[in-house]
Amino acid sequence: MTVSGVFSAGFLLAGAFFFLAGTVGILRFPDIFTRLHAVTKADNLGLGLVTVSLMLEAPSYAAALDLAIVWLLVLLWSSVAAQLVARDALDRGEVPWRGA
Amino acid sequence: MHQLRTGVATFLLANVLVGLVRIARGPTPADRILVTQLFGTSAVAVLLLLAADQGASSIRDVALIFALFGGVSLLAFVRLGPRVRRGGR
Repeated sequence: MTVSGVFSAGFLLAGAFFFLAGTVGILRFPDIFTRLHAVTKADNLGLGLVTVSLMLEAPSYAAALDLAIVWLLVLLWSSVAAQLVARDALDRGEVPWRGA
Repeated sequence: MHQLRTGVATFLLANVLVGLVRIARGPTPADRILVTQLFGTSAVAVLLLLAADQGASSIRDVALIFALFGGVSLLAFVRLGPRVRRGGR
């Protein structure tokens, strides 16, 4: 296995770990605001690590650029969506969790 | 590398399945719709992994489209939710 292959595999496994963290978060966290963190932060970091892993092994620079664009678009959307959903929840009168 | 990528892709699909539990539990519609964001991110990751594994750049384009329209469902939910709650159009 090449050096970039080892790094690629490492990033891929790290990405899978953060996806797992996101899923655990969405199941375990107590309210919509904390769940937003799991979905829009942990999962995006996971996707970022997966894209880095694939960029290391990408067949061409154009393909690597494609992967970067995909990740940036997902980041953009999820940050916008997190703001929208959180504001909507506040408007509906949901009270953020203050600790058990 | 082939086995690792397909393995991680399968793992992400399993992740999505587990995420369905949150849809079942709710409790609010917002909690349920939030899981679509998880679906979108996971779908993009799975598509990218398959594209790299099979050397098919067309699958990468599908992932690009998913990324491009990823948040539209949440946007629609937030825009239309208040109207639905009021019972109007």
